[in-house]
Amino acid sequence: MFKGLSERIGSTLDRVKGRGRLSEDNIKETLREVRMALLEADVALPVVKEFISQVRARAVGQEVLKSLTPGQALVKVVNDELVRIMGENREPLNFRGRPPVVILLAGLQGAGKTTSAAKLARHLMEAEKKKVALVSTDVRRPAAIEQLETLSGEIGAGFYRAAEGTAPKKIADQAMDFARKQHADVLIVDTAGRLHIDEELMQEVQDIHAAVEPLETLFVVDAMTGQDAARSAAAFGEALPLTGVILTKADGDARGGAALSVRQVTGKPIKFMGVGEKTDALEPFHPDRVASRILGMGDVLSLVDEVQSKVDKEKADKLGRKLKKGKGFSLNDFRDQLEQMQNMGGVGALLDKLPGAGKLPPGAASQFDDKTISRQVAIINSMTKEERRKPAVINGSRKRRIAQGSGVQVQDVNKLLKQFTQAQKMMRKMGKKGGMKKMMRGLQGKMPPGMGFPGQ
Amino acid sequence: MSEKKGFFQRLRERLNKGDSVLTRDLSELLPGSGPPDEETLEEIETRLLMADVGVSATQQIMDGLHERLDRKALSDREQLLAGLEAEIRAILDPVDAPLEPVHEGDGPFVILVVGVNGSGKTTTIGKLARRYRDEGRSVMLAAGDSFRAAAVEQLQTWGERNDVPVIAHATGADSAAVAHDAVQSASSRGVDVLLIDTAGRLHTQSGLMDELRKVKRVITRVMPDAPHEVLLVLDGSTGQNAIAQAREFNQAVTLTGLAVTKLDGSAKGGVLLAVARELGVPVRFIGIGESAEDLDVFRSEDFSRALISSES
Repeated sequence: MFKGLSERIGSTLDRVKGRGRLSEDNIKETLREVRMALLEADVALPVVKEFISQVRARAVGQEVLKSLTPGQALVKVVNDELVRIMGENREPLNFRGRPPVVILLAGLQGAGKTTSAAKLARHLMEAEKKKVALVSTDVRRPAAIEQLETLSGEIGAGFYRAAEGTAPKKIADQAMDFARKQHADVLIVDTAGRLHIDEELMQEVQDIHAAVEPLETLFVVDAMTGQDAARSAAAFGEALPLTGVILTKADGDARGGAALSVRQVTGKPIKFMGVGEKTDALEPFHPDRVASRILGMGDVLSLVDEVQSKVDKEKADKLGRKLKKGKGFSLNDFRDQLEQMQNMGGVGALLDKLPGAGKLPPGAASQFDDKTISRQVAIINSMTKEERRKPAVINGSRKRRIAQGSGVQVQDVNKLLKQFTQAQKMMRKMGKKGGMKKMMRGLQGKMPPGMGFPGQ
Repeated sequence: MSEKKGFFQRLRERLNKGDSVLTRDLSELLPGSGPPDEETLEEIETRLLMADVGVSATQQIMDGLHERLDRKALSDREQLLAGLEAEIRAILDPVDAPLEPVHEGDGPFVILVVGVNGSGKTTTIGKLARRYRDEGRSVMLAAGDSFRAAAVEQLQTWGERNDVPVIAHATGADSAAVAHDAVQSASSRGVDVLLIDTAGRLHTQSGLMDELRKVKRVITRVMPDAPHEVLLVLDGSTGQNAIAQAREFNQAVTLTGLAVTKLDGSAKGGVLLAVARELGVPVRFIGIGESAEDLDVFRSEDFSRALISSES
């Protein structure tokens, strides 16, 4: 796992003289750690260099040097600077033109243009109440046109299908007529993926651009891209008057340095990010979240979102009411919790997003892997209703039966019962003081207070 | 042999646009004789980082160079280049192990192709189908990507182009069922090589990774020693996340090989070094262009030389 920036700077400061103080002398070494953190996050080197010099200018100013916790102050400067640069000049999409207003998507192969076209169309239809038409000018990749046609059908947008063998620019021309006749507000033009060093194809996309005169020309880039993000973005930016960027596949665990590279190089704002496979998985860009991911500080906000979207609210409310009434936390409730944890990709996925999780002893996270959870769920499923309500009745022979039924050893059943007792105790505490709310607040305050791990 | 040389030249050309990515213009920095100075070494470090080699692998290479410098083994330009090449090959040689798609006994050689969205799985399968067919093997394709719209049609087009049968169910079908049918059908038809496509999935999506495990299990159920190759397709312009991808896919379905695509862009595929160092999974193929011949067998020597030397 990557080391977060705070840790890096912390350990650098520990090493240097005058423990914990940042000085003109040791700032160079500290900034080297910032540089490494950015490179590990795939920020392009020229962008890193420029960024570091900006940070240096601010860091040697009074604010950081005089701070009692210069390490933290420096991290804050770096973070603020990242957010500032990535979030600057953010504007909504431009529709100030005679309809159909055209949005052109361009980018490398496999960046996610076609999926983004459909997502964008759905977003405009649902959030902006626009009538949208789509067209694909990708005559190169097999079945690319069918892909967009199918997606358009799914979201109920208009789609222009040109005759077989029509050239890309001509398809775009015809699609304009189609969109006009359909009285569409917006026409989204998808293009073939192309390498920015392929002159012929870059000319083709310039021709399409000239034909449809888009108000928005968006560069689509994969959040997992490495150093090349800067080079390709620069080349697309030279060939086309870009107005913005869509960052795709941002739901993975990439640190997303490409976002900073592309923002710096093109000077254009990142307008959306793709966060999933379905057509509704498009979000406005959140510079603060991406900044903390780049710096390896965990993505607490996304975590809160994820918990909120995936936890079954009904079940959580039910449990809350039950606890309030002073009723016990049963093995059934415990199973529900385990299952919800699984829904969120297991504890490992959650830990990855938490700041400081990198500091956990190795093996701590694996105690909570998905397999363990499914085994625990299986154990509970092998119990009778009575046993789940009143675990006290579970004696030796019952344990053997449960173990056999769920294909585990008796000690696994013991372990589960012990964990359950611990969870029960915690629930009792929470039930008393409206603890649930406190815990959520704790999460939003970035560091869950007293977040402990059993077995440590 | 002549064909191989052709590929090497194209490789060098496309990776470097005719010149070496790591050492281009380095000669200006370098005096013809005498050991490299700090500035030169820093420049090499910079270029490694800009080629996506990553911080750890770059560190390893630079440590190696410094060590050579200390024992006075870098006394001129030639030794510096040779040293750099040796350090790179120390990482890449262990993953140089070409794939021999021959199944001893009954049934096809089954290749399961996996990877994140947009890495080039379907295109790689199309090119491999062409390659194996040209080598005189009978080939079958299985359209296991039943999620993405028109993915099945995309594979079918490749099948038609190469006159290779494609096993497909309707979009939305269970991809494990497609794999199951394909292995059965390939076995009964006496096909040599079966290539199974899967839907792109981010390695962080645990539900989809479970689905992939299931596809592999089902294949093994039909044919106990299959799949014979689990090939991860990596986009060559990916940054350090490629390591996480390889690690997660390896954990889920135990990778036996990698194919690195799209190395003809301006990305230099240095991430290949990062992944090789971290996981040691053999790199089977690299893709340097759109045409079928542009996907070729990875050879550590060629690749390292193409990265470094300005003459072939």
